Amino acid sequence: MGLLSDPNRRRALTKLLTRLNAPICGMPVDWLVKTMQSRGLEVFTQSFTRKLPFPDENKERYMVRGTNVYGILRAPRAPRTEALVLSAPCSEGNNNNQAVGLLLGLAQYFRSQIHWAKDIIFLVNEHDLIGMQAWLEGYHHTNTTGGDWSPLQGRGGSIQAALSLELSSDVITSLDLVLEGLNGQLPNLDLANLFYAFCQKIGVLCTIQGKLQRNDWDTTSGYSHAAQTMMLMVLKQASGRPWGDHGLFLRYHIEAASIRGINSFRQYKTDTTTIGRLLEGMYRKLNNLLERLHQSYFFYLMPSLSRFVSIGYYMPAFGLLAVILLLRALDLWVQLGASPPGTEDGPSSPGVLSILTPVVISHMTGVALYTLPILSQEMAVQHFPVSETEAVVLTAIAIYTAGLALPHNTHRLLQGEGTEEGWRVLKLVALLYLAVLLGCTALINFSLGFILALSLVPIAAFITPHTPKALSAAIMVLLSPGCTLLYCVFVFQELQETPVSLQDGWMLFLSVISQGILDHALYGSLVYPLLALLIYPCWLLLWNILFWK
Amino acid sequence: MQNLDSRPAPYVKDQTQEAAEEERQWEATEVKEADHVPDTMQTPDVPPPTPAKDQFQEELVIRPLHSGDIYASFQFRTMWDTDFLRGSKVSHYRLFPKSLGQVISKFSVRELHISFTQGYWRTMQWGQPFLPSPPGAELWVWFQDTVTDVDGAWKELTNVLSGIFCASLNFIDSTNTVQPSASFKPLGLGNVTDQRFLRYAVLPREIVCTENLTPWKKLLPCGSKVPVCLMFDALMKVASSQSFRLSYNTSEVCITPICAMCKSTVWELRQTLNVVFDLHTSGQGKREWSLFKMFSRTLTEACPLASSSKVYVDGELFELSPTTPLLSQAVVLGDRRTYSVYDLTNQATFGQTRSLNMLLRWRAAESGDMLRPLLHGERYVAGYGLQTGEIHTLMYNNHPYRAFPVLLLDTVPWYLRLYIHTLTVTSKGRDNKPSYIHYQPSKDRLRPHLLEMLVQLPPNSVTEVTMQFERALLKWTEYTPDPNHGFYVGSSVISALVPSVVAMDTNSTRECPLFSSFFPCKEESSYFMRVYTEPLLVNLPTPDFSMPYNVICLTCTVVAVGYGSLYNLLTRTFQVEEPSPGLAKRLANIIRRLRGVPLL
Repeated sequence: MGLLSDPNRRRALTKLLTRLNAPICGMPVDWLVKTMQSRGLEVFTQSFTRKLPFPDENKERYMVRGTNVYGILRAPRAPRTEALVLSAPCSEGNNNNQAVGLLLGLAQYFRSQIHWAKDIIFLVNEHDLIGMQAWLEGYHHTNTTGGDWSPLQGRGGSIQAALSLELSSDVITSLDLVLEGLNGQLPNLDLANLFYAFCQKIGVLCTIQGKLQRNDWDTTSGYSHAAQTMMLMVLKQASGRPWGDHGLFLRYHIEAASIRGINSFRQYKTDTTTIGRLLEGMYRKLNNLLERLHQSYFFYLMPSLSRFVSIGYYMPAFGLLAVILLLRALDLWVQLGASPPGTEDGPSSPGVLSILTPVVISHMTGVALYTLPILSQEMAVQHFPVSETEAVVLTAIAIYTAGLALPHNTHRLLQGEGTEEGWRVLKLVALLYLAVLLGCTALINFSLGFILALSLVPIAAFITPHTPKALSAAIMVLLSPGCTLLYCVFVFQELQETPVSLQDGWMLFLSVISQGILDHALYGSLVYPLLALLIYPCWLLLWNILFWK
Repeated sequence: MQNLDSRPAPYVKDQTQEAAEEERQWEATEVKEADHVPDTMQTPDVPPPTPAKDQFQEELVIRPLHSGDIYASFQFRTMWDTDFLRGSKVSHYRLFPKSLGQVISKFSVRELHISFTQGYWRTMQWGQPFLPSPPGAELWVWFQDTVTDVDGAWKELTNVLSGIFCASLNFIDSTNTVQPSASFKPLGLGNVTDQRFLRYAVLPREIVCTENLTPWKKLLPCGSKVPVCLMFDALMKVASSQSFRLSYNTSEVCITPICAMCKSTVWELRQTLNVVFDLHTSGQGKREWSLFKMFSRTLTEACPLASSSKVYVDGELFELSPTTPLLSQAVVLGDRRTYSVYDLTNQATFGQTRSLNMLLRWRAAESGDMLRPLLHGERYVAGYGLQTGEIHTLMYNNHPYRAFPVLLLDTVPWYLRLYIHTLTVTSKGRDNKPSYIHYQPSKDRLRPHLLEMLVQLPPNSVTEVTMQFERALLKWTEYTPDPNHGFYVGSSVISALVPSVVAMDTNSTRECPLFSSFFPCKEESSYFMRVYTEPLLVNLPTPDFSMPYNVICLTCTVVAVGYGSLYNLLTRTFQVEEPSPGLAKRLANIIRRLRGVPLL
């Protein structure tokens, strides 16, 4: 653990940092290649281009062109079967130069060590996630989202673990661990434990969700603090987007996390050497692994960095919610079975068509919500004074709202009047459909499933055509997936201690929608198609029941 | 193409060159041109007359690599003019190790090649090694055509070798043994090339360490008592300690029958040890080496049993500190190089101090561009998820204008079920149809997939071979103790006759006899080369072997035992069985029955 105790090495690192702090235009690819080569790494580059479906206004990019540079430290006497990755995003305007400097310093230091048993890949990726996606797809030769990248020249075998380093400011007071990845996937809990153990050992302040750990578990304030931290994690996980560059590794079953340096203006400052020691320690631990991390949990929620809620505790909560749906369905089934003797013949004869029509129509609306916003953006831009991004988002909202008019239109297609059995059968179908949907979602992404269950289960349980129309309609709209998203935005801002006004919240809501669509197009996040193609039609079925005639 | 590497060439060579060359090098490259001999050069013409029928030679080649690392290759050759196989049993051993001699005669082995390697040879950084070998252990054996039960002999042989070399060669069984049809041909005498007598196996997981080197060293006649061996001893000592700065090491043993002057058959035992020292971790960036720095020891004398004992140093990039008057030139792997030769049998070499410690200093800070290796290969697993995957093998032909054919040998364990219909070979974006394909499908738990292809590589191109596979779900006892580490797939082997770089040199200013250059085709115009790709580590679907799984297993066992015995008790009908009557009683009964009297 003698990193940078040598004055020469420290001087070299300082030189690197000052060189990197100078304003640079784009990524200095040639310089990086030369620097890595002089440190004894095998250096390769990968270029990629990507055209976004519509301009990303948050990050101001549309046509993306970039280069990833990576150097492989070959482990002595190892047969190139396993590798570890240390990555640092670097792009124009992004002030992550400290991280790149530290990465190069570590590369030089690691090169002179002899105990490496796995190859270590030092990756500097441009355009953060887009570059990372290109590199990972190049490394594994897959193409899930239609990107355009040049094939990789050098590899190090199967990647066992990865860390992504983001130091956005020169002064760092604490390190934040980011775990949430694509589609709510999480790395093995041991990676978080490893980070926490080393932070404790070296004496670095470490946080999760930007919140420090508190020791007063028993008090109300301590409890609510932990609950807030966990709620933040639930919201982040439910969003299904990668919250750091590590997020894309998880698809390839590579345990990964992002370490983010935070300047929270405390007195205690962490210098780069300390972070270097932390990383060295973590990599040496990972290097010693005989197997992939698998002993610990993959499904967990963290109220603080040292405690977790395992799947065994949180799954029953969801199970109880889902049971409501099943009991309701059972009740309807019994009612349907019991009623035919009382009425005259033909309870099921209008059934098939009257059930199928709303199901098909609501799913068509879902397909329209999924496809039209991106397809019709040009037309919208021509006819309305909006930008492409606004056009996409507003089209989505328009289609979503237009879906509310469906019940009145559905009935025009039907020959007869809806019967009492009709809505019961439809509701039975909708309940079972929703139960299956939520169950599957909760297995993959618990948080998303839970939030959806919280908002959808009450209306699914109580909705009938006989409830007071206006009140029920208001409640249904307020609990629809779109409105849930809006509340989530506000709650998230509240929990992050950056409350927003209604106006800003609405703008944020719009940008969240556009980000969701972009995440799906760029990285293959499944939340947008899930909501548009399955959850929204399901909600429309319930809406149909309310207005059953 | 069948005879890719079996060229029974006349074994007549200049002594110095012969020694400088590597084992397999002679069959591809014959050096015809006279040496570039300086005035002081004194080339020993013929080997010293050996009254004994066996002789021993040792040498060390030190070659700088362009990355700044140092490649050291020890070679020991024992030759014995005897016949292990016919008639009388050989019982008197002098230089040849008895353990191996007995193995040869017992199992009727015609050729045996075994290598233990730690690390992976970085072709793109280091160029070609003298003798390539895959990570882990590799064993290939040609049996005599008199052997009837080859599989039985192979199994026994691997077990015996496992004992001799203290390695896990006993893990070689039918699931990782193949019979390549074209890639491995006998290197020595003999014209039987029927693959029925060939067995080839690789253990990519084998971890090589000092305990494999100790038995290897015991095969040497000089043991660890003397010079080059002495150095080697030092090497082993350091190898076992933690502070060692090696990037790659491999030790090999090859036994081949060769012909001496083509009058009689001679058994040749070659032992090689190849080591690469890492510049970055040991030299602190200073490009300076010495024997002492590398081996923590200096040379003091030659092995008294050795008929020749030499150290060759590639002197084109080095400044040598005790200079030597001897120079030798050799074309190795298509590259002409000049070597400085230190003859250890000559006392003058050791000088006043009675010890030789060479100091090697790089000539220039910039070592110039490395000659790109003309052929190299890469392999990786593509895709994600635990159901399917795709194996990609990349073969690079870096020759600017010559296409050449290569033989690709792929051995894939049965638990990766190859979809052979998805096999594609593409180069330069176009389909490249292999001219020869030999495919043997796997059988679950019995034998691996074997795929051999002859592919033409277009000049300056990358040829990609892809194949999809499905990951099998193993039985739970078949998982290794560390199932989440993954399962290894051995290196694929690329064998080729590569056009020589020397032949590529169209520079006509070099002084050579005019009559020798009517046709550009020279003996050295192409050389044989074998390239191993990296092994693969593939994750299979693995049950969670932790607590829940154990609980399930335990519960099932308890339930099975409990339920089984209870069921047994409940359904069994109990009968009182009478003991069978004795012989006398039965006889009496028969008589009584005849008489019609009631039975006893």
